[in-house]
Amino acid sequence: MTKNSERYMRLSGLEPLIITPESNFINVGERTNVAGSRKFLRLIKEEKFDEALAIARHQVDGGAQILDINMDDGLIDGKEAMVRFLNLIAAEPDICRIPLMIDSSKWEIIEAGLQVVQGKCVVNSISLKEGEEKFIWEATQIKRYGAAVIIMAFDEEGQADNYQRRIEIAERSYKVLVNKVGFTPEDIIFDLNIFPVATGMEEHRQNAIDFIEATRWVRQNLPHASVSGGVSNVSFSFRGNNTVREAMHSVFLYYAIQAGMNIGIVNPTMLEIYDDIPKDLLEYIEDVILDRRDDATERLLDFAETVKGVKKENDEKALEWRNLPLQKRITHSLVKGIDAYIIEDAEEARLSVERPLHVIEGHLMTGMNVVGDLFGTGKMFLPQVVKSARVMKKAVSHLNPFIQAEKGEEQKALGKILMATVKGDVHDIGKNIVSVVLGCNNYKIIDLGVMVPPEKIIEAAKREDVDAIGLSGLITPSLDEMVYLAKEMERQNFEIPLLIGGATTSRAHTAVKIDTQYNNAVVHVNDASRAVTVVGDLLNENSKVEYIAKQKEDYENFRKKFLKRGKTKAYISLKDAREKKFKIDWQESTISKPKELGIQTLEQLSLKEIVPYIDWSPFFRSWDLHGKFPNILTDEVVGEQATILFDDAKKMLKEIISKQSLKPKAIFGLFEANSVNHDDILISKKGKEVVTFRTLRQQLKKREGKSSFALADFIAPLDSGKQDYMGAFCTTIFGAYELTEIYKKQEDDYNAIMAQALADRLAEAFAEYLHFKVRTSHWGYSSNENLTNEELIEENYKGIRPAPGYPACPDHLEKETIWELLKVEEKIGVKLTESLAMWPAASVSGYYFANQEAGYFGLGKITKDQLTDYANRKNITEVEATKWLNPILKN
Amino acid sequence: MSNIYKEIQKRILVLDGAMGTMLQQYKFSEEDFRGDRFKDYTSPLKGNNDLLSITQPEAVKEVHRKYFYAGADIVETNTFSGTRIAMADYKMENLVYELNYQSAKIAKEVAQEVTRKEPYKPRFVAGSIGPTNRTASMSPDVNDPGYRAVTFDELRIAYKEQTEALLDGGVDLLLVETVFDTLNAKAALFAIEEVKSERLIDVPVMVSGTITDASGRTLSGQTAEAFLISISHIPLLSVGFNCALGANLLQPHLEAIASKTVFAISAHPNAGLPNAFGEYDETPEEMASQIEEYLKKDLINIIGGCCGTTPNHITAIAELAKKYQPRQIKIVV
Repeated sequence: MTKNSERYMRLSGLEPLIITPESNFINVGERTNVAGSRKFLRLIKEEKFDEALAIARHQVDGGAQILDINMDDGLIDGKEAMVRFLNLIAAEPDICRIPLMIDSSKWEIIEAGLQVVQGKCVVNSISLKEGEEKFIWEATQIKRYGAAVIIMAFDEEGQADNYQRRIEIAERSYKVLVNKVGFTPEDIIFDLNIFPVATGMEEHRQNAIDFIEATRWVRQNLPHASVSGGVSNVSFSFRGNNTVREAMHSVFLYYAIQAGMNIGIVNPTMLEIYDDIPKDLLEYIEDVILDRRDDATERLLDFAETVKGVKKENDEKALEWRNLPLQKRITHSLVKGIDAYIIEDAEEARLSVERPLHVIEGHLMTGMNVVGDLFGTGKMFLPQVVKSARVMKKAVSHLNPFIQAEKGEEQKALGKILMATVKGDVHDIGKNIVSVVLGCNNYKIIDLGVMVPPEKIIEAAKREDVDAIGLSGLITPSLDEMVYLAKEMERQNFEIPLLIGGATTSRAHTAVKIDTQYNNAVVHVNDASRAVTVVGDLLNENSKVEYIAKQKEDYENFRKKFLKRGKTKAYISLKDAREKKFKIDWQESTISKPKELGIQTLEQLSLKEIVPYIDWSPFFRSWDLHGKFPNILTDEVVGEQATILFDDAKKMLKEIISKQSLKPKAIFGLFEANSVNHDDILISKKGKEVVTFRTLRQQLKKREGKSSFALADFIAPLDSGKQDYMGAFCTTIFGAYELTEIYKKQEDDYNAIMAQALADRLAEAFAEYLHFKVRTSHWGYSSNENLTNEELIEENYKGIRPAPGYPACPDHLEKETIWELLKVEEKIGVKLTESLAMWPAASVSGYYFANQEAGYFGLGKITKDQLTDYANRKNITEVEATKWLNPILKN
Repeated sequence: MSNIYKEIQKRILVLDGAMGTMLQQYKFSEEDFRGDRFKDYTSPLKGNNDLLSITQPEAVKEVHRKYFYAGADIVETNTFSGTRIAMADYKMENLVYELNYQSAKIAKEVAQEVTRKEPYKPRFVAGSIGPTNRTASMSPDVNDPGYRAVTFDELRIAYKEQTEALLDGGVDLLLVETVFDTLNAKAALFAIEEVKSERLIDVPVMVSGTITDASGRTLSGQTAEAFLISISHIPLLSVGFNCALGANLLQPHLEAIASKTVFAISAHPNAGLPNAFGEYDETPEEMASQIEEYLKKDLINIIGGCCGTTPNHITAIAELAKKYQPRQIKIVV
């Protein structure tokens, strides 16, 4: 309980802010003030609220602990703008996590603001200017709204402009607030008026020192109250001379903070570091601020002339590292991912060494080793490392012509790694990331791209004499491609390690199916941060034999356990499973007839419509940042990086939208449908068969009373006499490959990967959007649905959209049926590869089921009898069926 | 100073359990909900539990009585949805005053009846003020994050009407509960303050938030401590959490606020998390053993149950509460 009795100011946004005597100076962000920022004013006038929000976010990112918002301008409706902006901020967790300051000279705007903010904010400001009665009323209301308040040193007589008036008004205001209103003293903040000094007017000489001394008095005599102020006023007479202004702000704050000023509005870019102020300038400024000499103003004015015109860049302080020695500068650029100076520094390094190659092996590798260490110890995250790689590549491409001119030996890498996405598969974000990370760690990467046939991989591996092969794949048929390649490597007596990665791969599959085919090392590596250590161990001459032996043994043990576990699962026959099918009471169940039967395409949609449907969590996952959006942005460990990544993503998204560099297209159809022969779905048009979908049924033995599902169970059987319906769709994003290539050409892997990741998210978001439109209008069975994006992501809606290749229907073959039914390739140009991956890679296809009782399930494994039955139904050979269903076949 | 301030210093007070769970057992039909008075009402009324205070008052009184005899010191009025905003679903906006007044009145009658029998243990009635079905700081429209389905003033006016009726009906204290959006709660507190100053009265107020997921935040995104700070501007009898998570998942959030407030701490969790059928199946013994952890850690002044709890749960909790001292508090009035 001891803590409770401490009377500290406690504010809140989504998170608490408690101001204790130990707190550092609390900085209030002030760029979201129409009176203080022309840009912000313009954005509000033009109703560009997105950009206005970006300013708010920038302030929070820049370290503001409270955000001041002011909409007092004659040309805007301040009340409406305040409410609108605060409501928008409430939807941005990265902004509204900090407390807000509602800033207006108009009570109606303040009150409107207080009514829309859930956290405890600060009102800026009220005063005794119009008498005690109004003051008491406003303070009472503020108390009821639950806010702290800034009191201006202002009364009926006017603004306090000397020490005595400041303390008189402060004391009177305090007494009224505490005794008459019952205001909590720790929620009172005084703004004691910071006025300019060195104006040439005799009566202004004391302005700063009076403020400082009044601050001291308030903090000693008015218990628990705080003191705040707008600092830039003090240097008003030196407008245009930022060198002097910045130093003045620092000196003023230095003394005011000592006197007890604990909150303030300060532009952080207009602040010099106190210790960095040149001694002579410091002395002149202190003379002025503290009013130490009669000629203080003249002396500072004279001196100011000498530093005028030395225009300081805003970010000069941020550029201090440019004065460091060469190696440190290069390391800094690499660690921070800054590419602005790397060519200049690489050139300087080149001139300092005997051979250009030494810059890569020396300076750059030293820097990259720091990056590698930081990454390895979890102090850097993947997006940063990719940015580092971008800087590295830029330096290397500057040096390359010199290296070639020398015709000297090639840069010596730690090893050469061949990377490829296997035949039939088009997904390569993960592969690209691993390539970049390995590249950063001085491995030479031979990237063969996507859809690479095995013979080409083998041939390239021999020709390039690589040290390891990395294979990637996302769809299940790729697993067999990998097995095949391992067999080939064994047959052709390869002795190099094989790395396996990608969303569909697993440790289990690698151990059981691939490792057994190849006598050398096979390692499953599913995240980029592990790739470096694994490759390091595999290629290290001293330890590799031991490492590989251990790896083999691990997989051997894993296999034993895994196979044993597999035996405990029991399966039932297809016939029995059909007996236990999921039974919907078709006489009772509601079947809605789609409003629009037939096929439709969408080609003119703006990406803007789709963006709100993006599920961001998987986007962060593709960058190895794990956590749920939006909480991930404030996560203790990865929050900062996630926020930077998210900002970059939003920036790129904006550019993509304005340049229309990605193009969404979709096709969908709604059809008459009935299930037949238990597991098939007959699609018909006016009673005539069009196509038949084959669905697969769960065979895992379940508890008594549990159903064995197949998707066909969600459609009314033909013999029920009820006409039912189902849909199919494909959404896609064109242009991602081209965009990625442009970035790759610019050696910009970071943005290349970003473009791919965004395209994937957009394709998924498009599927979500389209499903929503189908539910609410085209089919229209759920016309009054009203779900938030989170609820959509949680799949709180009625009806499902399972996709072939995913758990409810792992069979990719049915994509061909969808293609046939919708004429997907002819109409919107999405192709199927030989492994039935979709191209463009950022595509989603699937079915629509609308029945209330339709739900997602995982098929699990099936047994031989279903395989045979399926092959017969589909009229293909069992060999062919086995090829596609192998991953789900119980062995 | 109301009696309850004295009682809360002496012992851990016990709040009742779920009203809805108990009323469900009566399996009231549409006709039962309507009673004679509303037999021709135009909209369906089944499910409007608050209405039962008028159409089935004996059932409601019986539930209150069971909770008091199970060991509750405080019962909540049957008014969780008693605002004109929530009642709009049943087109019963104009019945709000009467609903609250009657609910308060019958609860108070039972409290007085039990207190007469056991004068050594005074019984109290808390006017239950629910969150309504709208949120003031979140948009229901994904495409328009700046949109709001309800304003502060609409909430304030609705809450004021409810508060006045509850007080007229005789409640001893007010309980602003299941707060998922702090701004809604602030509107309720604003309304209560208005009524207090207009009537020149003081009335003890409890506030209870709800933390809906494991991230430890309210639905509107605040941490437990930020929530506490946002509602601490008026003197409260207690602050705490109820509903969403079962007793064991609630504990860290109680700990987060217990060391940071001078107000009493309350908790009335659900009987565990709902199972696959949306039912709560934590037994009284299971729930009590979870709650004993709070008591051991000296976190609690008021303890009770929310969804899925029954008089048996309250008996188990009350037996336990007797064995422990209340958390020490400083009363701020």
